[in-house]
Amino acid sequence: MQSVQFEAPGTVEQAVALLAGATGDARVLAGGTDLLVQLRSHMVDPALVVDIKHIEETRTLVRNADGSYTIGSAVAGAEAHEHDRFAAEWPGVMESWDLIGSTQIQGRASLGGNLCNASPAADSVPAMIAAGMTANIAGPGGRRTVPVEDIPVAPGRTSLANGEFVVSFNLPARPAGGGDAYLRLIPRTEMDIAVVGCGVALVLDAGGIVTSARVSLGAVAPTVLLVEDAARAIVGTRLDDDALAALDAACQAACSPINDKRGTIVYRTQVAGVLARRAARIAAERAGSR
Amino acid sequence: MAKHHVTTTINGEPVEFLCSTRQTLLDVLRDELNLTGSKEGCASGDCGACSVMLDGRLVCSCLVLGAEAEGKSVETIEGMAEGDRLHPLQQNFLEDAALQCGICTPGFLVAAKALLERNPDPTETEVRYWLAGNLCRCTGYDKIIRAVMRTAAEVRGEAS
Ligand SMILES: Cc1cc2nc3c(=O)[nH]c(=O)nc-3n(C[C@H](O)[C@H](O)[C@H](O)COP(=O)(O)OP(=O)(O)OC[C@H]3O[C@@H](n4cnc5c(N)ncnc54)[C@H](O)[C@@H]3O)c2cc1C
Ligand code: FES
Ligand code: FES
Repeated sequence: MQSVQFEAPGTVEQAVALLAGATGDARVLAGGTDLLVQLRSHMVDPALVVDIKHIEETRTLVRNADGSYTIGSAVAGAEAHEHDRFAAEWPGVMESWDLIGSTQIQGRASLGGNLCNASPAADSVPAMIAAGMTANIAGPGGRRTVPVEDIPVAPGRTSLANGEFVVSFNLPARPAGGGDAYLRLIPRTEMDIAVVGCGVALVLDAGGIVTSARVSLGAVAPTVLLVEDAARAIVGTRLDDDALAALDAACQAACSPINDKRGTIVYRTQVAGVLARRAARIAAERAGSR
Repeated sequence: MAKHHVTTTINGEPVEFLCSTRQTLLDVLRDELNLTGSKEGCASGDCGACSVMLDGRLVCSCLVLGAEAEGKSVETIEGMAEGDRLHPLQQNFLEDAALQCGICTPGFLVAAKALLERNPDPTETEVRYWLAGNLCRCTGYDKIIRAVMRTAAEVRGEAS
């Protein structure tokens, strides 16, 4: 166990220089609700911890003039909840964020941390992917923007290069006729890890036909999945029984879950289909109600 | 490695302390500042016994680094009573027997106070969800929930 350097830079450039210049393992600190647990249990042993919360860009959630959102990577769930329009426009993203832990955890837990911790069961990630969110990354080579689904590559591993971190996320404007939803199954109503999570975002035309959709599944594979076949199963339909059955089948086909005390492979696979049906219905209701 | 010199505010008083990066805010409160009201039940964010307010937000102090307290305002259970006068929640926890061993109590009180400050009229369901991150292995929760509901009613000026 080595002693750990701690820095709290005020700018993105300083943070990148610190992360890129570290001699041992360097870790970004956002809300710390994963990192501190890992530090305590010696799952990680960094030489440097960089607290990014003094960087303005990581700490602000703004609705842009075109209706899109820029969400700082270290904004806490409790802070997002207090925004006047965010939860109403993207209820699926907000409900997935709300599901992360208790009130105390909500006071700190960020989307950047949930994503970069790279747990396959991270609750906000399927909702972010369904909503079509992208991540703004800063690093020694400058800035780049990538789809959220490109960041986790394996349990606990991301595609971020040495010295890179996520500064903020882009969330598109809610389209006319758009709705989203996130559902997870846990054995109780609070404080547990998802057996399966499912995010759906879709757009309905005036006649109630699905014109576009994104479906994402959590906890059924080594990373959160974007299931394109599931979206194809419902685009062009009115979410009738046949379409929902096809959605269910496509989701089940995409699953390659683990067996553990929370659920067997068969159970998780079936639940993925059921949650997708329900989330699609809720997303469609929300789309129709505006 | 040199220790961090941290300047912060705790229960309204300016406080300075030294800590290493690995020390959590809970470690600092208990081991450096002798504020042992906040308890360590799990050190992993699960039990809520270490609950404090950090810049007005309810957090687990076991999941905050001591170094992060720089320039912040921290409120702990030690700041809840005014001198000898207990906070109404404290009084009602006593009267309603909402504690047995008492390890969870400071966390429940800090968390319940945070709830009533933002929502003076919570439903029982809202109280239960708000406090879902506070674990108690003695009371079975019912008396805690009742004490919080009764305090809320009293503070609103309703007879209970
Ligand atoms: C009691 C408890 C209950 C929980 N319940 C849930 C739950 O129900 N669902 C769920 O999904 N999670 C849950 N979690 C896990 C955790 O709270 C979430 O993953 C949370 O979103 C992490 O965010 P954070 O800001 O605290 O991350 P941190 O702990 O600060 O960081 C997590 C990881 O990501 C890295 N990181 C953070 N920000 C960035 C960035 N901007 N760029 C690059 N890397 C970064 C860190 O270095 C670290 O490796 C729970 C945790 C606890 C303690
Ligand atoms: S000691 Fe902090 S949550 Fe249990
Ligand atoms: S009174 Fe003992 S844990 Fe709650």
